[in-house]
Amino acid sequence: MKDLPLVVLLASVLATAAPLIIAALGETITEKAGVINLSLDGSLLLAAMLAFVTSYETGSLLLGFGVGALTGGAIALLVGIFGIYLGQLQVAVGFALTLMCRDLAYFLGNPYSRLQGPQLLAWKIPLLGDIPVLGPLLFQQPLVVHLGLLLIPLSWWYLYRTGRGLELRAVGENPQAAYTRGIDPRRKQLLYTLAGGLLVGIAGAAFSLGIKPGWGRPQGIEGIGWIALAIVIFGGWHPVKVALGALLFAFLQVVGISLQGIWPGVPAQVFQVAPFPLMILALLLVNLLQRQGIKQWLERRPALALLLHQVQGAPPRALGRSFHPD
Amino acid sequence: MRVELQRIHKRFGPHHVLKGIDLTVDTGTIHGLVGENGAGKSTLMKILTGYLSRSGGRILLDGVETEFANPAVAARAGIGMLYQEPQDFPPLTVLDNFIVGRESQPGTGWKDPRRRLAQLADEVHFRLDPEAVLNKLTVGERQQLEFLRLLGREARLLILDEPTTGISETQKARLFQALRHIRDQGRTILLVSHKLEEVSALCDRVSILRHGQVMGEEDAPFHIPRLLELMFDAVPSTTPAYTPHTPGAELLCFRNVSSPGERTGLWDCDLSIACGEVIGLAGLAGSGQGLFLKLAAGLSHPSQGQIWFNGQQLQGMGYPQFKHLGGCYLPANRLEEGLISGFTVLDHFALATNSSRSRARQLAMDAIRQFNIRGQPESPVESLSGGNQQRLLLSLIPTDARMVLLENPTRGLDVGSARWVWDYLRHQYAAGGVVVFSSAELDEILSVADRILVFFNGHVVRNLPVNQADYHDVAAAMTGS
Amino acid sequence: MNRLREHLTDGLLILAIVVSFTWLLLLLVGAVPQHAFGHLLAGSFGSWSKFARVLNVWIPLTLCSLGLLYAFRAGLWNIGVEGQMVLGAIAATGVLRLGTESLYPQGYLVLAVVAGMGCGGLWALLSGWLKTRGGVHEIFAGLGLNFVALGLVLWLIFGPWKRAGIASMSGTQPFPADLWFPGLEGWRVSPFALALVICTILATVWMLNHSRFGLRLKAVGHNPKAVQLYGVAPNRYLLYAILISGALAGLAGSLQVSDIYHRLIPSISSGYGYLGLLVVMLANFRLLPIPFIALFFSALNVGSIQLPMMMQLDSSLSGVIQGACVMSALLVFGLRRRKQSSQR
Repeated sequence: MKDLPLVVLLASVLATAAPLIIAALGETITEKAGVINLSLDGSLLLAAMLAFVTSYETGSLLLGFGVGALTGGAIALLVGIFGIYLGQLQVAVGFALTLMCRDLAYFLGNPYSRLQGPQLLAWKIPLLGDIPVLGPLLFQQPLVVHLGLLLIPLSWWYLYRTGRGLELRAVGENPQAAYTRGIDPRRKQLLYTLAGGLLVGIAGAAFSLGIKPGWGRPQGIEGIGWIALAIVIFGGWHPVKVALGALLFAFLQVVGISLQGIWPGVPAQVFQVAPFPLMILALLLVNLLQRQGIKQWLERRPALALLLHQVQGAPPRALGRSFHPD
Repeated sequence: MRVELQRIHKRFGPHHVLKGIDLTVDTGTIHGLVGENGAGKSTLMKILTGYLSRSGGRILLDGVETEFANPAVAARAGIGMLYQEPQDFPPLTVLDNFIVGRESQPGTGWKDPRRRLAQLADEVHFRLDPEAVLNKLTVGERQQLEFLRLLGREARLLILDEPTTGISETQKARLFQALRHIRDQGRTILLVSHKLEEVSALCDRVSILRHGQVMGEEDAPFHIPRLLELMFDAVPSTTPAYTPHTPGAELLCFRNVSSPGERTGLWDCDLSIACGEVIGLAGLAGSGQGLFLKLAAGLSHPSQGQIWFNGQQLQGMGYPQFKHLGGCYLPANRLEEGLISGFTVLDHFALATNSSRSRARQLAMDAIRQFNIRGQPESPVESLSGGNQQRLLLSLIPTDARMVLLENPTRGLDVGSARWVWDYLRHQYAAGGVVVFSSAELDEILSVADRILVFFNGHVVRNLPVNQADYHDVAAAMTGS
Repeated sequence: MNRLREHLTDGLLILAIVVSFTWLLLLLVGAVPQHAFGHLLAGSFGSWSKFARVLNVWIPLTLCSLGLLYAFRAGLWNIGVEGQMVLGAIAATGVLRLGTESLYPQGYLVLAVVAGMGCGGLWALLSGWLKTRGGVHEIFAGLGLNFVALGLVLWLIFGPWKRAGIASMSGTQPFPADLWFPGLEGWRVSPFALALVICTILATVWMLNHSRFGLRLKAVGHNPKAVQLYGVAPNRYLLYAILISGALAGLAGSLQVSDIYHRLIPSISSGYGYLGLLVVMLANFRLLPIPFIALFFSALNVGSIQLPMMMQLDSSLSGVIQGACVMSALLVFGLRRRKQSSQR
């Protein structure tokens, strides 16, 4: 049976989106706790490189993913320790790390450039994989796609339906108040910075071991980390909306490649820019909706107000500012 | 829970804030803690809740000595505090706010927090929608929620810090009813307030703090003048230290001004101030006098009414235009709002007069001499003492200013410096202009001002010439009685 | 005296951490560290032509770093320098394209530099406005606009300004030699560009450390609330700061086009905007170390070019060292601050 082109298209959108979803959800968790980890772009590259090298040397994909996760976690830990405990600006630390890790990845990964290594292949789940449409879409995909899709409800559930998730959000909103209630905000923040970093590391491994297999300079995922950061904002710090943002972006990218036939003059990179104006607009919206005049104007347009209300999401109040008791 | 504080000391660097506090609160009572601003009430409560460490002394709970490393330990020991500024999470729902932090305090009935919340609310007749987002609630409702949370946490000692600031009369009545109810259940309540009317309506016993020491303890029923006497320094001679100038033409005028903000807001303020007057604003901290000064300086704009200065309406004007018209404002937090830390004395002159460095150096040296500032033109302002920072700020006021607005101008100054400040201000500005200042020290106002405005809860409740003001009457008006 | 000793110990500590980190890293990849350091040195200061190349990197890097300093003085994180540089390059290219076969190439060159500064400044002003009017943090606005600028440059190279025949990543059609930024016979680095940077350094020293404007800018950065009482409108100074910042980045971009590449290429900024942020961070936001740190970073960039050939090492070692410098500086400064605050 031949698959419909639409199904093929959507399946490739899902595959493209999966690592992005994982990384963006990781960053969402970190930012919800009030820490901004700006090192994503470098983290992804370094994790991708180390994951590939590990798998190449050991032949084990699992080990590769493990090392990738640990890499992302270690970098996040640096952001956390420097930012939360040493009182340095989180953005400064994250920014320096993003540049450094990128170059570290190129430097250490040099001998492994353009080598054929182990690769996470699409896994056709027996029976389920044979279902028309849904089969090729969901059940003939590499496992990272399932991981990404699973993470969406999981992170939502954790953030909004568990006590620990509630504490996580509370710390990101008002660490001072959390402290008076007997929560140690700094420990929580470090923990979720680490957790977010582990996910970012897995996302990096998902690139080099599955979606864009192998290693090289350039790896072809440069800029993805910044896009993930933009998507977190665009998604209003809500895991479901963030995931939708990642899917939208992947869709644009896949369609962009097809569109090259129509506009041959426009390189695909131009489409990569799309999330950034959207990010700025989303931030602008958060602020403008607070304005008295705009509130009144919207009161007369309930449909638009409802839509904008759905789209906008305010940043965690303590985002990027480290808490000090006293 | 019986709480005993023994010889509690607290030092912040060179400042000795608490000087050996002894305080015993009996089980099942409402104990009031009153005192002026800066008497040490908040510091003492922060020590009791584990937020600050103490420099000396012991804390006994039910006779057992205890040590609190952080708020979590104190919470587990059964101490809960209702902060003046709600310590909550505005974007979360009521129910979520109710839950946060429960893990540090295992209590009963946490299996179903929603039912627990409803149950507690019923018990004290509060009505709160568990799904409402906190952003949409009034301060009073947020406080009710905090109150319920502490109840649910089985707090056996409940500390309330100025719980009635910014809440409505009905909410206040409901809160008091609830407090009596839980007292009768055997819980202990410590009420920190400077509103004597409320304290006397609610408390079984009151301790009075002044300058970091316990001045006395009184049992209900209370004699308010006695409390006032203990709260404020000994009644001084209220004879003004200066002869008033003859008031001239009107310079500042508030016409039915109302404005929200700064906790209490300012409501229906209608008055006029003439050239040659020195006006003292009396009131407990945050009663509206700070907002009054900001409004007069064009730093904040009223939601209703008009403010006129020097024949011009301030609406739509910013501070630069105000300054241009001959006004000047000095905030109370010298380093946070008035001076720029990291900048030298010279830098401040260069900035204020927009002049070259050599000219600024000359100005700085003149000012250091004239104002007796202990420092060099190159001294960073944060290295100056509080008194010298204030002298620097005064020296930056243009000599031809027509109206000078000052917030707590002599705070932290010794008697000699304060005297010097007033001699200077009256001599330099009061003859041809207006000096308006707020002060936490009532006797200062009574001795240096020509006219006194008393603020209570966002309203001007007295407006009289100082020579007609009676110390006891003014003190009572400040505390709402 | 005490301060000097503090700076000195900090500097030595940072150096020690960076050297040992790099040493270990080189051992890890099986290289001889002494050789690698030797090549870095020889590759940057080994000959006049290599040093000239270092200076050609130093010029735009210093300009970007100086620009960043204006923004930092006012408390702004102008992460958008990268994009501002690109916009400067685009504007310069636009002007120079008009100037081909003109009788007054010098006029067009001057115009190109001015347009580069103007466009860079305006692009920066956009993030400034987004901040003061729209409440969008300058980091996100700047970052977003960087990528928009990158999209713009790609679109131009592959679209309207594509080289006759085929569009490619190698950039637009090179300009004729009379539209090149003037140099001197035998000089591999334009003395005029060098003079321009030195003038900018001097002007910045004066502006930031000695002028009333600089004092106000610094005051806004230190205490935006209090400055109002001194008659300074903080928002206006934020905009001035970011405008200058962008204009200097734009100047760097226009020099990249007119002096170095003689055309517009996709990676016209060479990442100097981002690198400039590292320079300023390592300088601990002070002006005087900036030209020297920029020179050190430029030397690393140029010196590492021959690593792949000589030692089969990736040239990104320079970036690793630069990043390690900043990270250890953040560590050392952070520890010092922690120590000081615990003493208080």
